[in-house]
Amino acid sequence: MIPSTVPPKYKVEINSNRCMLCERCVRECSWGVYRRDRNKIVTYSNRCGACQRCVAMCPRDAITIEKNLTCWRDHPLWTREVREDIINQSRTGCILLSGMGNAKELPTYFDNIVLDACQVTNPSIDPLREPMELRTYIGKKPKKLEFEYIEEEIDGKKIKKAKLKTNIAPNIKLETPIMIAHMSYGALSLNSHLAMAKAAKECGTFMGTGEGGLHRDLYPYANHIITQIASGRFGVNEDYLMKGAAIEIKIGQGSKPGIGGHLPGEKVSAEVSMTRMIPEGSDAISPAPHHDIYSIEDLAQLVRSLKEATRWKMPVFVKIAAVHNVAAIANGIATSDADAVVIDGFKGGTGAAPKVFRDNVGIPIELAIAAVDQRLREEGVRNEVSIIASGGIRNSADVFKSIALGADAVYIGTAVMVALGCRVCGRCYTGQCAWGIATQKPELVNRLDVEEGANRVANLIKAWTLEIKELLGAAGINSIESLRGNRDRLRGIGLNNVELEALGIKHAGF
Amino acid sequence: MSKNGEEEKREVIIDAKDMGYRELNEKIHEVIDKNPKLKKIILKNVLGQRFIGNGIEKEDLTIEIYGVPGGDLGMFMSGPTIIVYGNTDHAPGNTMDDGTIIIHGNGGDVTGHSMRGGRIFVRDNVGYRSGIHMKEYMDKFPVLVIGGTAKDFLGEYMAGGLILVLNIDSEGDDLGKIKGKMIGTGIHGGTIYIRGEIDNSQLGVAADIKEFTEEDRKKIKIYIEKFCSIFNLGDEVKKKLIESQYTKIAPISKRPFGRLYTQDLR
Amino acid sequence: MCGIIGFISKKKRLISGDKIAMALDSLKERGNGQGSGYVGYGIYPKYKDSYALHIFLNNTPDYYEIISKIKNTLEKYGKVIKDEEIPTNGGILKKEFIPWRFFYDFHPSYRDIENDLMVNIVMEINDKIDGAFVFSSGKNLGVFKASGWPKEVAEFYKLDQYKGYMWLAHARYPTNTKGWWGGAHPFNILNWSVVHNGEITSYGTNKRYVESFGYKCRMLTDTEVVAYIFDLLIRKHKLPVEYALSAIAPKFWKEIDLMEEDERKIHESIRMTYGGAVLNGPFAIIVGTHEGMVFMNGDVEKNNTMIGITDRIKLRPLVVAEKDDLLFVSSEEAAIRRICPELDKVEMPDAGMPVIVKMEK
Repeated sequence: MIPSTVPPKYKVEINSNRCMLCERCVRECSWGVYRRDRNKIVTYSNRCGACQRCVAMCPRDAITIEKNLTCWRDHPLWTREVREDIINQSRTGCILLSGMGNAKELPTYFDNIVLDACQVTNPSIDPLREPMELRTYIGKKPKKLEFEYIEEEIDGKKIKKAKLKTNIAPNIKLETPIMIAHMSYGALSLNSHLAMAKAAKECGTFMGTGEGGLHRDLYPYANHIITQIASGRFGVNEDYLMKGAAIEIKIGQGSKPGIGGHLPGEKVSAEVSMTRMIPEGSDAISPAPHHDIYSIEDLAQLVRSLKEATRWKMPVFVKIAAVHNVAAIANGIATSDADAVVIDGFKGGTGAAPKVFRDNVGIPIELAIAAVDQRLREEGVRNEVSIIASGGIRNSADVFKSIALGADAVYIGTAVMVALGCRVCGRCYTGQCAWGIATQKPELVNRLDVEEGANRVANLIKAWTLEIKELLGAAGINSIESLRGNRDRLRGIGLNNVELEALGIKHAGF
Repeated sequence: MSKNGEEEKREVIIDAKDMGYRELNEKIHEVIDKNPKLKKIILKNVLGQRFIGNGIEKEDLTIEIYGVPGGDLGMFMSGPTIIVYGNTDHAPGNTMDDGTIIIHGNGGDVTGHSMRGGRIFVRDNVGYRSGIHMKEYMDKFPVLVIGGTAKDFLGEYMAGGLILVLNIDSEGDDLGKIKGKMIGTGIHGGTIYIRGEIDNSQLGVAADIKEFTEEDRKKIKIYIEKFCSIFNLGDEVKKKLIESQYTKIAPISKRPFGRLYTQDLR
Repeated sequence: MCGIIGFISKKKRLISGDKIAMALDSLKERGNGQGSGYVGYGIYPKYKDSYALHIFLNNTPDYYEIISKIKNTLEKYGKVIKDEEIPTNGGILKKEFIPWRFFYDFHPSYRDIENDLMVNIVMEINDKIDGAFVFSSGKNLGVFKASGWPKEVAEFYKLDQYKGYMWLAHARYPTNTKGWWGGAHPFNILNWSVVHNGEITSYGTNKRYVESFGYKCRMLTDTEVVAYIFDLLIRKHKLPVEYALSAIAPKFWKEIDLMEEDERKIHESIRMTYGGAVLNGPFAIIVGTHEGMVFMNGDVEKNNTMIGITDRIKLRPLVVAEKDDLLFVSSEEAAIRRICPELDKVEMPDAGMPVIVKMEK
C-alpha cells in the first residue's frame, strides 16, 4: 500500500514467544503493517510510522518498534533525509507533503530562557493556600476609563458619585491563559472535536473550530468555542458567526505561511460536507490569500464586516503566521478594530503542509511575540489589543515564558492531540490515523472515547495551570497581568547579543 | 398598530447623506427589528457606506439603494433582495447565503466572492476575480449573471454554482469577444457560461471547454429571462440571448490538484 | 526592608523638618545607610506658584555647562525665576552630586498644558542631558535625598530650616539596584511624591506600561514607576482616586464576582483596562500630593492629601495614627511615638485598602 524504494525507517519485530496470535495488531494497525500468515504474524516494516497503536494495544507486549539501523553512508551534507526526499521526488515529480510542525533542528528559544524566583527581598507566595489569579480577558480594551459624576442625595446630603462612562467592548473570559488551537473538523475527527470542546468548557477556556465549520454536536459548547473564518469560507453563514464566543479570521498558519489549505475530497465525508456546506467528496480548497483581502485596509474591512454582521457583539481575532515583518502587520491589525492578534510561530503543527514550507518558512514564536509586543507598545496600542501566541508550545514553562515575553494567552494544538493519544507520527494528511484523531473513517474515529479524551485534555490544561500558579507564586506575583510583558523575570542562557536584544531580555548573570 | 402606538411600517425611507456606515447599518437593523411586517427599505444618498445588508436574515424584504454603496454589500446576507441604482464597490454578495442582489450598473472586483447561495444580477460589467470560490451545497446554488463583460480570473477556485456572462451593452447590443484571461482557474465544481467564443488560451489551470448542449441552454434560459425582466430588455434581445452560442467552461476533473503532492512517509 | 514614615497637619500648620528627621532616625534599623530622603510640602511659600525643580548635577568642574543646558531646555517654554545650589552643610557626606534648584514659571500661553509639558521636560532632561537628574518637580514642595543615614542626610540639607505641613520620609535598604543618590526615595513627579517599602515584583510590566504612555524610567529603581502610575491614572486619566488605587492594588476576582452589578462592572473594567498598572509584590507606600483629588462618593476638591496603601495580601507593615490635627503613617509605631508620644488613635489599615487623608477646609 505504501511502496518505498528506500530502506524502511523503522523495524517492527514480534516476539513469537510472547505472541498469542490474537491478531489485535492486524486489526489495530490502519497502515497495513501486519498480516496473519498461517501460524505467525508477518510484518511490513516499510509501512510503519511508529504511531505505536499496535504496541499500546498488544495484550502480550510482544511488539517492539526500533529504528532501522540499515546503514546509509554518512555524509554531513547529503543526509539520509535529503537523499530520501530526492528519491521520492524523482520518482513522483510531486511536492513533498508532510504533517506536524517544523522538523528541522532550529533553535527553540524557550529552552534558552530561564525564569526568576524570589529569595529574601520579596516573599514567594504559596498558590495552594493564597490567592493566585489567572483570569484573562481577551479582547479590545479602552486606553483609559472615563467616569462621570452624578449628584445623588444620601441622608439629605448632596454627594457627587463617580459613575463609569466607558463601556468596554465584549471580551472573552479565560480562567486560564491556555486555549485549544484551531484544528478543523475534517482534518480532525468529530470525536476529537467533542473531547476538546468538553475539556474547554470544563477548564473555563476556549477551543477553536479551525476553518471547517461547527458541527451541530458541538452546539452545546458553543460559548466555549471560537469560530474561524478562513479564505475558503467553509461553513460560514450568519448563524455560524453568531454561534460562538468570538470569531477568528485566519490569514496564515505558522507551519505554512503564505499558502492556503487543501482538504482532499476523500476526507469530505457526509458529516464533514454538512459542516463545511460543500458537496460530499469534493475538494475543500482554501485559497492562499483571502481574495477579499489584498491589503491591510481590506483586512480592516473584513474585520468591520464581521463586526457589522454580528452587530459589534463578537470579538474578532486575526491570526497571522510569524513572518519577518510580523510586528508591522500586527500593528496594522491592532489598529483595525480587531480585538486580538494571534501569532503562530514556525514550529506550529499542521495536518498537512508542503515539507519545504513546514521546515523553511517563518520565524520562531518567541522572537515574534517579543517583536509584536514591543512594537505595539511603541505605538501605544498594546494595552488595547490582546496577543495570543501559538506554535510549538509544549509545556507550562513555554506558556509562562510566552506571557512574560508579552502574550496574553496561548493556543496549544499538538499538545492537546498528544493528550488524546497522538504519538506525533506526522501522517495526519493520510486520513488513516490509527488513534482516531486525524481521520474520518468511522471505524477509526470510534477508537477515540470522547469522555476519556475530554478528561485527558482537561487534565493536561489543569496540570499546566497548577504549574503556572506555582511559577507565579515563586516569582512573588499573584495575578497573571503582572507577568504579562514582564521580561525582567526572564534571563537568556547561551544566547548572543542580537538574540537577547530581539527577545528584550538580559543574559543570566546580569 | 404596535404596542407602543406607533404604526408598524411596511416601507421606510432612510436618508444616508453624510451618515457613517455603522450608524446607517444600525439604523437598518433597528428599523427591521421594530417593524416585523416591513417589506421595503429605501436608502437615499448612499455614498460609500460599507456592509449594507450585512448578515440580515429576512426573506421578503427589499432594500433599494440610490447612490454608490461601499464594499461588502450584502455580505453573509440570507434572504433579502438588494437593488442598487448605481455601481457597487469591492465584493458585493461576499459569502452570501441566500437572497438577491440586483445592480443597475457595475460590480466591483471579486463580485460574489465565496457565495454559497442566492443570485446576483449585474446590468453592466464586473471587475477581477468575480465569482471566485463560489460553492454550492444541497439546495444552495449560487448564480452570478453578468450583463456586460468580466475581467480576468472569472470563477477562480470555483467549487459550485453558475456564472453567466451575457456580453451585451445596456441597449442589448453585442460587446464583441470577451477579453478576460485565466478564466475558471482552479475550478473544481460548478459551471461558467460565456456568450460567444472563448479560446483555450483564455482558460486558467484546471478549466476545460465542454460541449454546450440543449440541456445547458434550458438551464440558463430561466436566468436570461429573469435578467431581461429585471432590466427591461425587449423580447428581441431576450430571444437573441436565449438562442446565442455559449462557451461552457467546467472543471477538467473534480480533483485538479490530486497529483500535486507525494506523501513524505519515511 | 526599608523604613517609611509620613505625617500631615490637616490644619496646614507648618512643622519644621527636624521632626521628620528625628522620626526617620528611629527607623534607621530598617535601612543600611545607602539612601535616605525627605519631601516637604509647603516649604517654598515665597515661590508657591512656581515649579521648584531639584536637580542632581554631576560633581565635575564643568557642572556649569550642565546648568546652562538645563536652562536652555527650560527657557524654551518659560522663565527661570531663580536658580541656586541647594544649601548644604559640608563634611557630612561625600558630595557625589551637586543639588541645584530652579524656580520656574511657564509662559502664560502654556498654562493649560503646563503639567504635561513639565513631565516632558523632566523626561527630556533625565534622558538627554548627561549628568543631570531631576528628582523633584512640583510646586511649593521639595525632595531632599542622598546616599547616607537619615540623620546625615537631614543635616546635610539643613532640613531644620524648612517648614512644611506635610512630610514624607524614607530610609533605604537597597536590594535589587545599587544605592546611589538618585535611587533614594522619595520619588517625585509634579506634585506626586512616593515613598515605598518593598519590591515591585511586577516592575517589568509596570515600566513597559508607563513607557507606552511616554514616561521614561531612568532612576534604576522600581519606585520611580509608582510616581508615574499615579500621575498617569489620577492626573492624566482623571480616575477617581479610590478607583485609581483599586487599579494599583485591585480587588480579587472572587470579591469582584460577588459585588453588585454596577460595582462589579467598574472593578472588572478597571482590571481589564489597567492590568499593566497593578503593583504586584510586597509593598507599603505613602503618596503625597497637592493636586486636586476626586474622592469616591465625594466631591471635587483641591486639597493636600496623603495616601497610604499596602499590597493586597499584606506583605509589608503599615501603621496609622492620629493626634489632634496630625495624622501619621509609618512602618513602625515607635517612629511615630518618637516625635509624638501621646496619640489619640493607632490602627493598622486593611491589606490593599487605601487610607486617604485630606485637609480640613
